[in-house]
Amino acid sequence: MRNVVIVGGGPAGIRAASILVEAGLKPVLVNEARRVGGQGYRAPAQSLALDIKALMGSEAGKYQRLHSLFASLQERIDYRPGTLVWGVHEKVLHTLCDDVADTLPYDALILATGATDRTMPLPGWTLPGVFTLGGAQVILKDQGCLIGNRVVFLGSSPLLFLAALQYHKSGASVAAVVDTTPLSAKRAALRDLAASPRTLARGIMYRAALHRAGIPIIDGAAPLAIDGTDRVEGVRIKDGRGRERFIPCDAVAYGYGLKPETQLAELAGARFRFDPVFRLWLPETDADGRAGGDLYLAGDGAAIGGADAAEASGALAAHALLADMGRPQPEAQLTRLRRQVERLRRFQRGLARAFSWPVAQATALADDTIACRCEAVTVGEIRAAIHAPLGPREVNRVKAITRCGMGRCQGRFCGPALQEIVAGACDAPIADVGRLRMQAPVKPIPLHAAAEMEP
Amino acid sequence: MTTGMRVVVVGGGLIGTWTTLFLAKRGLDVVLIEKGIVGAQSSGVNFGNLRLQGRHPGQYPLSLRSQALWEDIDALIGDSCEFEKTGHLYVAMNDAEQEKLEHHARVAESHGLVIERVGRDELRRRWPWVGDEPQAATYSARDATANPRLVSVAVARAAQRHGAKIVEHTRVTQVRRSGAGFSVETDSGSVVDCDVVVNSAGAWALNIAEAFGETAPMFAAGPPQFVTEPLPYQIIPSVQAVDGSAIFRQIPRGNVIFAGYPRTAADPVLNRAPVPPVKTLNGMRHLMKIAPALKSAQVIRVWSGIEGYLPDMLPVIGASETTPGLFHAFGFCGHGFQVGPGVAAVLVDLVLEGRTDTPIDLFSIGRFKNAVQISDKLAREFDGPAAAGGKAG
Amino acid sequence: MSDEPGQKAPSGQFVRAAARRGATLRLTIDGDMVEAVEGDSLLAVLLLNGRFVRRLEFGGAPRAGFCLMGACQDCWVALGDGERVRACTTLAANNMVVWTDPQRAHGNA
Repeated sequence: MRNVVIVGGGPAGIRAASILVEAGLKPVLVNEARRVGGQGYRAPAQSLALDIKALMGSEAGKYQRLHSLFASLQERIDYRPGTLVWGVHEKVLHTLCDDVADTLPYDALILATGATDRTMPLPGWTLPGVFTLGGAQVILKDQGCLIGNRVVFLGSSPLLFLAALQYHKSGASVAAVVDTTPLSAKRAALRDLAASPRTLARGIMYRAALHRAGIPIIDGAAPLAIDGTDRVEGVRIKDGRGRERFIPCDAVAYGYGLKPETQLAELAGARFRFDPVFRLWLPETDADGRAGGDLYLAGDGAAIGGADAAEASGALAAHALLADMGRPQPEAQLTRLRRQVERLRRFQRGLARAFSWPVAQATALADDTIACRCEAVTVGEIRAAIHAPLGPREVNRVKAITRCGMGRCQGRFCGPALQEIVAGACDAPIADVGRLRMQAPVKPIPLHAAAEMEP
Repeated sequence: MTTGMRVVVVGGGLIGTWTTLFLAKRGLDVVLIEKGIVGAQSSGVNFGNLRLQGRHPGQYPLSLRSQALWEDIDALIGDSCEFEKTGHLYVAMNDAEQEKLEHHARVAESHGLVIERVGRDELRRRWPWVGDEPQAATYSARDATANPRLVSVAVARAAQRHGAKIVEHTRVTQVRRSGAGFSVETDSGSVVDCDVVVNSAGAWALNIAEAFGETAPMFAAGPPQFVTEPLPYQIIPSVQAVDGSAIFRQIPRGNVIFAGYPRTAADPVLNRAPVPPVKTLNGMRHLMKIAPALKSAQVIRVWSGIEGYLPDMLPVIGASETTPGLFHAFGFCGHGFQVGPGVAAVLVDLVLEGRTDTPIDLFSIGRFKNAVQISDKLAREFDGPAAAGGKAG
Repeated sequence: MSDEPGQKAPSGQFVRAAARRGATLRLTIDGDMVEAVEGDSLLAVLLLNGRFVRRLEFGGAPRAGFCLMGACQDCWVALGDGERVRACTTLAANNMVVWTDPQRAHGNA
């Protein structure tokens, strides 16, 4: 019987676990958080008087089914909550739980590590009161808190509208929803967006509801800065007609969609390929999530697809693993799942156009804008390093010279922008300037975690 | 015969760039050819120690000549590369190690260095972050540190300003004798004719040496290194346990950089040096033994590189034994950062005058014609596979 | 958590949208006593009671976290025994002593 480990307790990981359990296996499910659900399907504590069903809206049914599924699985898997996987080497996971380092060998590994927000530097983005769009949702679901009294939702993502509506329903004052992608781009993306008509309809509904609530929606805006001395005081933009406007607020929910957390996939041996639609380096898998060498990738950690695609791809990865063990899998089921994942990922490509990553903004950034939050490296310092004689022309060398990407987050939040800034300064295609390389630990670990290891 | 002489330097690491700079300053026509980018290999990822304590006795004249150049780095290249005279603390955990410290101290003193012996109480008084386990230490104030990521590029830039030509992304494919000089072919199709070749190609240097009938039993290994988050600045000297299990320094920005033996195997062909997580944990544990005050610090990053090592833990420096006009400087066994500028100055002596006052016979490539002295450090400082195997090149 | 020693902050960054039932916890943040409810994350407690979570090591600019999901590493604080924790993924505990400035935590010189 193969020793199978799943990393990630979100929809992809839970679905994968359920397929394996149905087949008679007892997989290990390692979850960094204390509770399952990932980010999108976070379950608030019982003690919180939060109407999660109202917040989840049309997705409430799926949310509850996923959590019920996990509850039914829990006794039949080896569940490890509150456990960080910080390294992978020679088919052994290196973990940290309650500050104790340990190891977990595997025969086959399913990584369902999810995603985090993709962000573009902006003057003032490091001010207290600026949080990611995903973070603004998570703190509401997980802690029942709003990020501020008067919130601007800024960036470009379908989540902008959903989150703004959730905040409005939860009693927040939503000052404005500022989408940097023009409406025309959304119209142009309609054909791909029609791949998921219900999701498209929901998006349109969210917009309409915000409009009815009197919340200003500004399309095609160019963000200029987030203003404030020690905290957010307002957002300065150029609206779709080029007029400069100042929107007073005390919090900003900021983001440009999601990007997969691929650090463990890289350490486990996945190969990466540059995706020109998303302008990200993504791990290579076949249609079922095989990444080679007993490694399977599923959910948003493989490619952004949303919760439904996560569940389907989690199931597919488990089926692929079972098939690779020599057990024939139900072909009709596989076909259905593959079609669903393909359709949802096509929808995401449409979303990438309808809510676009603001490439031009990167090259337009003022030199004194902080690019690397952790190390306080400015855009100007990066450009100056590149333009010096024998200057670096590849992101890892830029990192070595400027320190951008060397901080605690290891390039999670400056990485995508760094690629754009370097490509712009080198006048080179973005695919040619490289991607930041990862080593373990993928998240910080304390020195004392090593204390109990045998020498 | 100085001006008009053309030199090709193969390999753009520390040795190659310093040599290029010094030759260019003397008016020679110098071309540096680097297969990747300047300073990206061992030179860019080493620990950054400019350590004078604990060196091989035969290396001191070279080391001291080099340190004087480091101390002048801003004047030499117009960039300090974060050079700091931090001092170096060499720490013993028991009597046997304390004897070793004393031995090292006497060797250093015989070459003119000032070494302070520090007992247990004084150790904790002067450096409050030291834990209870260390029993004694020696302190050398002249030792220093710098940022290796910055140096090679800064030196190369200075060389350019003095007229040297730096060619990157170009691999030397063949070095042939051509009359009294050489013909250097590259993978870009170009051929450079020259009078002198300096082989400073690091872990890849045997390709050239062997083309001229010489070799050395070099193998590749990587020094795993780790760094913590930025912490309040309190550890000023560079610190080393005498058994090499912990080597660390804190930079003024606050990060503590640490390393330790054994080193890992590295792959010069694949050009990669992944760090196994268990090495990280070992390094963490050893660091805590000397500086328990750091126990809550978070480790955020690790890296390694590719270095050339020789079994007697000494580099190859000197003229070719077979071919006039060819000079070797490679295999620095993880301690090339400090001697870099000194080695370059010696190579300039050899190129221009055919001799040098700095003793370098110990480092001759010809020593491998006899039985190789295996350093006792080999078993202690390397994993089995790294020590046993993979001839580099 | 206060901007001035001994003074309680007038308001926090975060606003409670949903009440939490449970045991009352008492924490000390930068020397000031603050109440929380069992289940609150340390970050939520810090920002319900104040405007920032730490000061950047380089230049001292205030930071209040960013991603709120354990990815950005911008919310690390120090506890009384010198322990370092990521506030957004750490639960507040009774009698926790929290310092937004690691220099003031026991165990650091």
